Amino acid sequence: MTDPVWRAVEQVMGLPISVALRGRHAGSPAGAATWAAVVDDLRAVDAAYSSYLPDSWVSRRRRGEDAPAPEGLGEVLDLAEQARRQSGGAFDVRRGDVLDLDGVVKGWAVARAAQRFRALDETDSCLSGGGDMACWTADPDGRPWEIGIEHPLDPGRLVARVPVARGAVATSGTAHRGAHIVDARTGLAPAGLASVTVIGADLTWVDIEATAAFALGVDGIDWLRARPGRSGLVVHTDGTVEAWSSADAYRS
Amino acid sequence: MKKIVLVLAGTVSVVVLLFGYDTSTSGPLSTGSQTSVVSGSGATGSGASGSGTTAAPAAGTTVTGDTAQTQWGPVQVELTLDGSTITDVSVVQYPNGNGRDQEINSYALPILVQETIDAQSADIDMVSGATVTSTGYVQSLQSAIDQVSA
Repeated sequence: MTDPVWRAVEQVMGLPISVALRGRHAGSPAGAATWAAVVDDLRAVDAAYSSYLPDSWVSRRRRGEDAPAPEGLGEVLDLAEQARRQSGGAFDVRRGDVLDLDGVVKGWAVARAAQRFRALDETDSCLSGGGDMACWTADPDGRPWEIGIEHPLDPGRLVARVPVARGAVATSGTAHRGAHIVDARTGLAPAGLASVTVIGADLTWVDIEATAAFALGVDGIDWLRARPGRSGLVVHTDGTVEAWSSADAYRS
Repeated sequence: MKKIVLVLAGTVSVVVLLFGYDTSTSGPLSTGSQTSVVSGSGATGSGASGSGTTAAPAAGTTVTGDTAQTQWGPVQVELTLDGSTITDVSVVQYPNGNGRDQEINSYALPILVQETIDAQSADIDMVSGATVTSTGYVQSLQSAIDQVSA
């Protein structure tokens, strides 16, 4: 017996944003209204932070124009700085004089918007922004969402699956996109890893960590494993797969 | 005794830093001053202030550190000593006291599978991957990269 799942998708921030709702408000007017509010949130973030919308704050700043700081800017810049320090510089939103906040903003925006769904009583939610998702179950011990992790070397197949009740999953890799992530320390694409998946409490951080670990390449695995409260999965370019749960590390 | 305590402090601070989340800002629960909470409070006496004894701890002695507050909650470690050598470090308390903290400790190990998304994924709710994207995103990234190289 499984509850019917209500689904919707919109293109925002250049990404498919998908939602799944389960329970009381799956398909209810309140559920649909919350989804509409979530989409509005994400469009507002995109309008402010997009590096490809000419009127965004980021674009105006690049042109040297004065523009009022968008909502949340302090938080975003603080996250970016924490990410840079904690990754030893591999994750950096500044490349020379160019500020590109996309690597921080996407996860942050989806994580923040997803919190709206928690107000829906007796309703489970899962909000995905381009394959990185924030999951919630009304009952913390309730039936988890089943998340499939795509095989980076064989898209269309799964490499793993992981149940997540309340938590987040983010994957970084090169499949189908080419080498768009570079190690900010070297400006080069990392070698050795096909994809990195991180499972943890907060989408903002697991998204940053997946990107940073991927940018660090093979060195990123130890860095990631040292971070508590996460599970992870790494697919190497030779097809080798390793998975871990941090709970094991701290109880052994 | 004093020397031992210094070794303990160094070891415990390393363990605490593993639990530290934010090493760059200085909020009230940040990890910068975590070493200050370390003081041997176990069977071997109480650190530099000492209890007057000069004997080294016996083999297999355990020392439990004070609880350190981290951003996620309390962390407490226990050391096992053989003479003055630390033979084991274990975490006897880590953040799990409330809902949010429980979240960070309860993530399942991903289970490796061999299945196609189309055929056998009826029970998969969402797919995480790097390929779920759209051309707009690729173009935006490319334009950013182009600006960097320009």
